[in-house]
Amino acid sequence: MSENPLRDAIEQAIKENEVILFMKGTPEAPACGFSARTVAALQALNAQFAAVDILPDPRIRQELSALSGWPTIPQLFVRGELIGGCDIVTEMYESGELAETLGVEPPADAPAAAADPGAPQSPPLSVENRLG
Amino acid sequence: MPTADEIKQRIEAAIPGARAEVEDWTGGGDHFRAVVTSPAFKGKTRLQQHQMVYAVFGDEIGGPIHALSLKTQES
Repeated sequence: MSENPLRDAIEQAIKENEVILFMKGTPEAPACGFSARTVAALQALNAQFAAVDILPDPRIRQELSALSGWPTIPQLFVRGELIGGCDIVTEMYESGELAETLGVEPPADAPAAAADPGAPQSPPLSVENRLG
Repeated sequence: MPTADEIKQRIEAAIPGARAEVEDWTGGGDHFRAVVTSPAFKGKTRLQQHQMVYAVFGDEIGGPIHALSLKTQES
C-alpha cells in the first residue's frame, strides 16, 4: 500500500474492470447531462460496465484527473486505457468505433448475460457492476 | 468568468494555426462548446487533441469553466 489509498483504489478499479465509467451520479440516476449521455451510449450497445460515482468525495475526482491527465467527468476506461469523456464516447458511438472498442455487436441482439465476476467493493471507492 | 470570445482567443493563441468556434452552450458562462481545427492535431489521437485544448485552460476546467465540450479536427 502506498501513502495514497484512494489513488490505489482508483488504479485497482481501472485495472480490475474491463470497462469502467467514472461519472457524476449513478447509471440509474446520472447527476449531470454529460454523464447521462455517456451512460446512454454504453447502454445502447448493451455494454457491461462498472460505474463509480465521483460525487460523494471530491478527492476521487482530484486523484482520478491527476492519474488520467483528463480534467472532466465522465471518464471512460476500457482495458485500463482512458477512452475519453462524453464528446469522444458520443462520437465513437456514432461512428461505430465504440462498439468495436468494447468488442460488442451494435444492438439488435439480446444483451449478453455473463457479467465480470468481480468488482470488489474497495473501501474508499464504491464500484458497482452494471449490466447494460 | 470567461466569455466564449475569450476562450476562442486563448485556444487560437495557444495552439499553432488553430481556429476555434466557441459558443456559450447554456448562456450561463460556464458550459462552452468548441470546434477547433489545427494543423497541430496531425498525427495525434482524438484523446490527445482534446488534451491539447484542455491544457490551455488547466485548472479552470472543472472550476470556472464547468464544461468545455470539444470537437477537434486536423486542418
